[in-house]
Amino acid sequence: MASNKRILCDPLTDNNPITWQVLGVCSALAVTTQVKTAIVMSLALTFVLCFSNLVISLLRKVIPGKIRMIVELCVIATLVIIADQFLKAKMYDVSKQLSVFVGLIITNCIVMGRAEAFALQNKPFASVLDGIGNGLGYSIVLVAVAAIRELLGSGTLLGLQVMPEAYPCNTLMILPPGAFIIIGLLIWFQRVYISKTLREEE
Amino acid sequence: MDLLNLAVKSIFIENILLALFLGMCSYLAQSKKVESAKGLGLAVIFVLTIATPINWLIRKYLLAKGALEWTGVEALAELDLSFLTFICFIAVIASLVQIVEIVIDRFFPALYTTLGIFLPLISVNCAILGASLFMVERKYTLAQSAVYGFSSGIGWALAIVALACIRKKLRYSHVPDPLRGLGIAFIITGLMAIGFLCFSGINLGS
Repeated sequence: MASNKRILCDPLTDNNPITWQVLGVCSALAVTTQVKTAIVMSLALTFVLCFSNLVISLLRKVIPGKIRMIVELCVIATLVIIADQFLKAKMYDVSKQLSVFVGLIITNCIVMGRAEAFALQNKPFASVLDGIGNGLGYSIVLVAVAAIRELLGSGTLLGLQVMPEAYPCNTLMILPPGAFIIIGLLIWFQRVYISKTLREEE
Repeated sequence: MDLLNLAVKSIFIENILLALFLGMCSYLAQSKKVESAKGLGLAVIFVLTIATPINWLIRKYLLAKGALEWTGVEALAELDLSFLTFICFIAVIASLVQIVEIVIDRFFPALYTTLGIFLPLISVNCAILGASLFMVERKYTLAQSAVYGFSSGIGWALAIVALACIRKKLRYSHVPDPLRGLGIAFIITGLMAIGFLCFSGINLGS
């Protein structure tokens, strides 16, 4: 049981997919101008990640090694289509705002990376836990970045006015550069305070 | 003129990496050396230029609503397969990358030694799929999507080579330890994006 708990909790802090493994940052930056879109995006990604891990783990003994990438891509693409159709049917305005970024979950390296690194070697239950864990780790970063950007950029959170009326909105936060800089600072913060060991780099 | 405007717009004003955040993963991973940044940049230009128009044709003649009219079969004329867009595009990109790899290997061995190792990485580069999806969303024509693919590739290559050069210089400067590597790469990218924001003042007169 202890190991299952680790599979689930590790990606939240120590081994976070975005700040530590630097996977899947593309979408992390683009959808974080508002908290609402970030939450929807996180849910979509967690759903895809969890089920793609499950399916690939179930199929791991029958997938031939040489074509495993294509099989993985097909599984992921199918799940993304389901998520996209669901969003279009139930939350049309949010899906318009997310535009192409739901489709880009297919090429999100987290999904592919977890399938390659974890689901191909592990049992279905552990793989689902790994999917949920990594999905949540992604969500935490996404929502945190979105909260900072929305709060400083438009003075609101989830569309509600939080900052006093007189607050001059910092438009830079809404623009692309704000996202890059916040993620950079977040990585800094995480490496100083949360992660216990520093990895050698460069 | 229209096409030239589009090219300028997608290289500088709406740079696919610095404004739309596509292709970040390989951008960060491959920008440690200027040489590999150049190689990957070229490979991305190459694949984007081919993949975007091909996906346009597939979209137009296979997937969009009523696209199968040309077959003459009545049952197919009203069919709307656009929900298959994602899976078709990614399959096209993945197989295209393979074909390109084989062709280059066979006919241009010199080019293959430069691009070879980068080509497989590209099928999961979100810039390629992203450009195809944007092309659908913005309803480009065939010529426009070809220009869009090509110039997005140039924009991407420009950004990765620039970052690789900056990171090369950075090796001799004192960056706080936890910020080394990725953290500082993000912040530099942010500063580059601010630089590119200046281009948004350009009026293309459309």
